[in-house]
Amino acid sequence: MNIVVCVKQVPDTATERKLRSDDKTLDRDAADGVVNELDEYAVEEALKLKEAHGGEVTVLTMGPGKATETIRKALAMGADKAVHLSDDALHGSDALSTSYAMAQTLKKIGFDLVILGSESTDARTGVLAAMLAERLGAAQLTLANKVDVEGSSISIQRLTDYGYDKVEATLPAVVSVVEKINEPRYPSFKGIMAAKKKPVETLSVGDASIDAAQVGLGAAWSEVVDFAAAPPRAAGTIVKDEGDGGVKAAEFLASKKFI
Amino acid sequence: MSEILVLVEQVDGEVKKVTLELLTLARSLGTPSAVWAGPGFGADAKAKLAEYGAEKIYVAGSADVVDHVVAPKAELLAQLVGSAAPAAVLVAATAEGKEVAGRLAVKTDSGVITDAVGVGEGFVADQSIFGGGVNVHSRVTKGTPIIAVRPNSTAPAPAPAAGAEEEVSVALSDAAKASKIVERVKQEKGARPELTEAAIVVSGGRGVGSAENFSIIEGLADVLGAAVGASRAATDAGWYPHQFQVGQTGKTVSPQLYIAAGISGAIQHRAGMQTAKTIVAINKDPEAPIFELADFGVVGDLHQIVPQLADEVSKRK
Ligand SMILES: Cc1cc2nc3c(=O)[nH]c(=O)nc-3n(C[C@H](O)[C@H](O)[C@H](O)COP(=O)(O)OP(=O)(O)OC[C@H]3O[C@@H](n4cnc5c(N)ncnc54)[C@H](O)[C@@H]3O)c2cc1C
Ligand SMILES: Cc1cc2nc3c(=O)[nH]c(=O)nc-3n(C[C@H](O)[C@H](O)[C@H](O)COP(=O)(O)OP(=O)(O)OC[C@H]3O[C@@H](n4cnc5c(N)ncnc54)[C@H](O)[C@@H]3O)c2cc1C
Repeated sequence: MNIVVCVKQVPDTATERKLRSDDKTLDRDAADGVVNELDEYAVEEALKLKEAHGGEVTVLTMGPGKATETIRKALAMGADKAVHLSDDALHGSDALSTSYAMAQTLKKIGFDLVILGSESTDARTGVLAAMLAERLGAAQLTLANKVDVEGSSISIQRLTDYGYDKVEATLPAVVSVVEKINEPRYPSFKGIMAAKKKPVETLSVGDASIDAAQVGLGAAWSEVVDFAAAPPRAAGTIVKDEGDGGVKAAEFLASKKFI
Repeated sequence: MSEILVLVEQVDGEVKKVTLELLTLARSLGTPSAVWAGPGFGADAKAKLAEYGAEKIYVAGSADVVDHVVAPKAELLAQLVGSAAPAAVLVAATAEGKEVAGRLAVKTDSGVITDAVGVGEGFVADQSIFGGGVNVHSRVTKGTPIIAVRPNSTAPAPAPAAGAEEEVSVALSDAAKASKIVERVKQEKGARPELTEAAIVVSGGRGVGSAENFSIIEGLADVLGAAVGASRAATDAGWYPHQFQVGQTGKTVSPQLYIAAGISGAIQHRAGMQTAKTIVAINKDPEAPIFELADFGVVGDLHQIVPQLADEVSKRK
């Protein structure tokens, strides 16, 4: 099975994240880049499926040059190779252009199964997997906390408000995972060393047959009009429980008319 | 006035509160039309949608629309975008709502804004990003604006309209039927308000200590008429079902009041509750990051404080 797992580099949530004042896009230099947490779960699931069914796991990352750090991490976990879609023309792409660029790349490199995280920690749009399924005409199997493959049949448990749905489809498919699905492995020392030698193919927009007029800030289907730092939350009142903590909390709720 | 499509969220034929919020919001932008996907449309739903301002109600009652994952709803909306040429489409910013919005955007070659907490003139959306640290105004610049709006962004207010019903039949493509839902597994929900819709949420974390002890959290929730939430530590431990998880990979909630008991306030948890209007934290560790967000905090043992708070609330009622 040919599995492609989409891994995004995002700013570390532990550092202060900002938008750039010049073009209102994410300030990627202001914070350390890390693997989007959920994408480690996506990689883990890809590796498990490979271990069970054979095949190959390819990492796909769209992002600037420094995203190679992220790619190495995924390779160190055990992925076989990577494709890095990297081109200045892609800077400022919105969800529409990102999904277009990634779909073009996926068509070029081929796949039976594409696995993503269900959401990134920076933009958090949660739309990419659905958009890829739409663009690729592949089955959408998203928000999965369990994936089973048998031959060309695939089924998942899709998390819902009331519990979960059992969903069935035939490959090719686009899966997105939630963090309940597995426990990502840590890269071993051996894995880290091996990752340095694994092939990473860097593709430009042209290499992946992406129409440059459909990507980047200029082509975006949406725009940031303006932005501002949110006013800091006023410091709250913190009391130590002296046996009357519940009563004090009730007084606070009453003062705010909740009771 | 121009037509605004609102995709209806419903459970067993009952319209959810977020839809009434979206209709209320849509009235400030144009003339709302509700879009009903799937079987179960009845007189109660019709009355409710009309009461909150739906001038038209498009009903696509075929089971096919809901028996496949997401794609049929996007196909239905795309068909209506084609025939009615609405000024915008509003959906609820739930995990599934956002997926519908995403596919619809691709189908109609339109821009999409997710997680709006408000929408104003010119369909300029308010987004709160980076865990509430930055407020953004954004807008769609190509196609029909498709906006996923967070629950609890608008106070629903009635304003009766015609609610004229219009049957819609969609010819689903094979691609839209690629992922078949073969079983729906419902886990106990109980009589409490739904997490994303509730005005008050009481959440418990690792500090609660066990599944049995979640009855303390439920006890407080019930006297407040609140929903119960949980941190990932609590759902992973199996103390509370996963669909009650609040946070990055759980539900995003924006209630009037959020009470966190025995929750440290990890960034992934904060991502799901930071936009609550008022936050109360109960934690035995005075250094817990949750106190940075709290409007009111009590440092101490939740097993003492939460039951006392529940008692005091019932006394004052
Ligand atoms: C704060 C903020 C808000 C934004 N809001 C909007 C908006 O409302 N509308 C809009 O059109 N655009 C928006 N964008 C732009 C958006 O970030 C990009 O379009 C992005 O590439 C896709 O969005 P996402 O990361 O939210 O994807 P999600 O759908 O949240 O990501 C899901 C998964 O997709 C995969 N993935 C995502 N990006 C990549 C990548 N570059 N390489 C490899 N895999 C990837 C990963 O597996 C990830 O787990 C916003 C950007 C920011 C910074
Ligand atoms: C990909 C990914 C996604 C995630 N998504 C989510 C998510 O959606 N939601 C989420 O919540 N987390 C999520 N997490 C996990 C998150 O990082 C934290 O691990 C989690 O929120 C911790 O839960 P907690 O606060 O209950 O537990 P802890 O961090 O262990 O905190 C327990 C707190 O309880 C206090 N306490 C203990 N006993 C008592 C007592 N008797 N009385 C009062 N206080 C007491 C302690 O002082 C402590 O502050 C995610 C993590 C990852 C990697």
